[in-house]
Amino acid sequence: MTLDQLKKGQFAQIKAIKASKELKNRFISFGLVKGAKIYIESYSLAKKTIEVRINNTRLAIRATEAKKVEVI
Amino acid sequence: MPTIKIALVGQPNVGKSALINSVGNAHLKVGNFSGVTVKKEVVRFSHDDYDFEITDLPGSYSLNDYTIEERVTRDYLDKSDYDLILNVIDSTNIERNLYLTTELLSLNKKLVVALNMNDEAIKEGVDINALQLGKIFGVPCIKTSAIEKTGIDDLIQALIKAYHQRENRFHLQFSEVYEEEIEHIVSFLEEKKVHCKISLKALAIKLLREDKATYQRFHEEPVWVELQPIVNHAYQHLYLHYDTKDLDDIFNDEKLALAKGAVVETVHFEKQVKQTLTEKIDSLLMHQFVGLPIFLLLMWGLFQLTFEIGSIPMDWIDAFFTALIEGVKSFLGDTELASVIADGAIAGVGAVVLFLPNILILFFGISLLETTGYMSRVAFLLDGFFHKFGLHGKSFIPLVTGFGCSVPAYMAARTLKNDRDRLLTLFIIGFMSCGARLPIYVLFVGAFFAEHNAGNILFLIYISGALLGILAAKILKITVFKGDDEPFVMEMPKYRLPSLKLIWHTVSAQAMMYLKKAGTFILLASVLIWFASNYPKHPEIEQQFQVQIEQAQTEQIAVELKNELALYQLEHSYLGIVGHASEPFFSPLGYDWRMAVALETGLAAKEVVVATLGILYGLGSEEDEASLGLVQQIRENISFPSALSFIVFVMIYLPCLAASMVFMREAGGGKYLVYLFIFTTVTAWSLSFITYRLALFLT
Repeated sequence: MTLDQLKKGQFAQIKAIKASKELKNRFISFGLVKGAKIYIESYSLAKKTIEVRINNTRLAIRATEAKKVEVI
Repeated sequence: MPTIKIALVGQPNVGKSALINSVGNAHLKVGNFSGVTVKKEVVRFSHDDYDFEITDLPGSYSLNDYTIEERVTRDYLDKSDYDLILNVIDSTNIERNLYLTTELLSLNKKLVVALNMNDEAIKEGVDINALQLGKIFGVPCIKTSAIEKTGIDDLIQALIKAYHQRENRFHLQFSEVYEEEIEHIVSFLEEKKVHCKISLKALAIKLLREDKATYQRFHEEPVWVELQPIVNHAYQHLYLHYDTKDLDDIFNDEKLALAKGAVVETVHFEKQVKQTLTEKIDSLLMHQFVGLPIFLLLMWGLFQLTFEIGSIPMDWIDAFFTALIEGVKSFLGDTELASVIADGAIAGVGAVVLFLPNILILFFGISLLETTGYMSRVAFLLDGFFHKFGLHGKSFIPLVTGFGCSVPAYMAARTLKNDRDRLLTLFIIGFMSCGARLPIYVLFVGAFFAEHNAGNILFLIYISGALLGILAAKILKITVFKGDDEPFVMEMPKYRLPSLKLIWHTVSAQAMMYLKKAGTFILLASVLIWFASNYPKHPEIEQQFQVQIEQAQTEQIAVELKNELALYQLEHSYLGIVGHASEPFFSPLGYDWRMAVALETGLAAKEVVVATLGILYGLGSEEDEASLGLVQQIRENISFPSALSFIVFVMIYLPCLAASMVFMREAGGGKYLVYLFIFTTVTAWSLSFITYRLALFLT
């Protein structure tokens, strides 16, 4: 399953990140790494953008980028 | 006195600038979103017989050059001359922040860590053992709070101590596997007596990370023959152990493990069950359906306030300046000196100062948006919508800043990574009407619309400007800036209630800047405009009129003749000549030559537009109108369709000179300014033309 398929209020654990090196580095610096717990805070209209929380960091991620994050 | 040069580094929004403000009594801009500091700023102060020179670098999540600002930070750390790094950390989000710390430690420079936002950490039940953390990383860690000004002295002492520290040991302890490979390389380098500015361990790590510069250096030395197999062996070992062939991934894993390990050992989190305040607010403001309407409502409210409350002191200011002009004239008599002071300087400056209340309310609203953390939320809500038009959600931040002033807005666009997205954003920032255009709108809206509607119209002007900008973005994206989309990953800061002091500081600084501009630049421009509208003199014509006036039968005819003379003077002045020359260009839009001149002088600064109108309509006005305020003058002299068309032109045409220069620098060349000039002028002209014709047709 990928991050964009989770529902609001769901917890998940990150299994793998299949993004370009650049984006992956960006994810890492936000704490979005393999093994991290991630929580879905909210969605914008039509699920275009997703707000997630990792530890104490709130991130806005576009659905197309969230697709590149595999979760369990 | 010795000077301690300090590089201030930290992730975005951890309070670096706020900390510097507390430590050095500086007044750097602070806000609650990532990317407030976009260029490096140097603050100097003295303390305990030391001169401190702190360079505030833009916030960086890591040192891997993702955005322009991060490149600025990276370049500075690599190439500049400084004594030590001060790493500022958000104590409430320590693990992610320590990731950057591990990267900084890899640079092998002297380092001091400030565990900032300690006040918030205490409130949230985050307990950090700073001493223990310092031991793990081998650097001093000091708890500070920029807001409550605690720990500042300790921090300064730690900086002084670190400055005098002679040795610079490498403290990072990686996993056993990684350390083992480092050890192999280091012992080989030691045997070969390799000398290096940085420690051998740091050098070994560079080799293990495939650092190009390091390889180039070794490539030409004989030691390379023997070194290569050792490094190669280390690679093979690491590949096997980490099950990947990506050395960056391996090193990232190491850094993450370090940060995580340090947190486990030194930080105690009190369990929190109840919803945090941020979550409660977000459940409303970030709601899928009501989020955007709430934002629009708030903006609408802001413009209502701007007009409603702003118009109260405006009447007083207007009356004051009108009386002042009259007073000066009656005191100095009908002389050139009286005219340059009253009709030039006071009329021009007064027309600008008139709008100070509106400006203050607008900046108050923008500073709330910037300091509470709401701005990033709106960027989130709007990203989907923006994306459709080829913009990036993050573009929202420079665009909102553009409602205040275009100059910082152009610089704020640096947070956009992709050059095409950035250029696109730069091109449409001008559509967001800046604070200096507000006076023009307030003047025209006040003159032509009923008071209860004025706030709505003002809101409509700003919103339609923004929508036009977005539409323009779409057109530019399809035609000029084609290309892939940049990923949207953005941090959303916690909500923070800004202190009254911070708000006061921001708003009063804006007020001072506005008044200063009115007292200097606008004053000078007003005198120039007065001169250009009074000269050259036409003595023969004047004499002719004078004779006629003296021979006039009744008082009324004499007044009419005087007015005719004044108008003749004005129309044949330098400004009149320029205005008449450009009239063919502007007359299809319904402007007389005075409005044309006002738009042209507005290229220098938008405030000058009202100053020019104030002078021109004041000078050329008929005697019995002279005592009327500027608003009435405008109402008497300009038709409704022309006014609408004027507003539209002002909304779109080229920003002021200062902003244009910054635009040129940020976009990367004069040719972009030419493009921008053509683009904005053509758009402004066409839309004003349509507005004028439509308004003529409908009224």
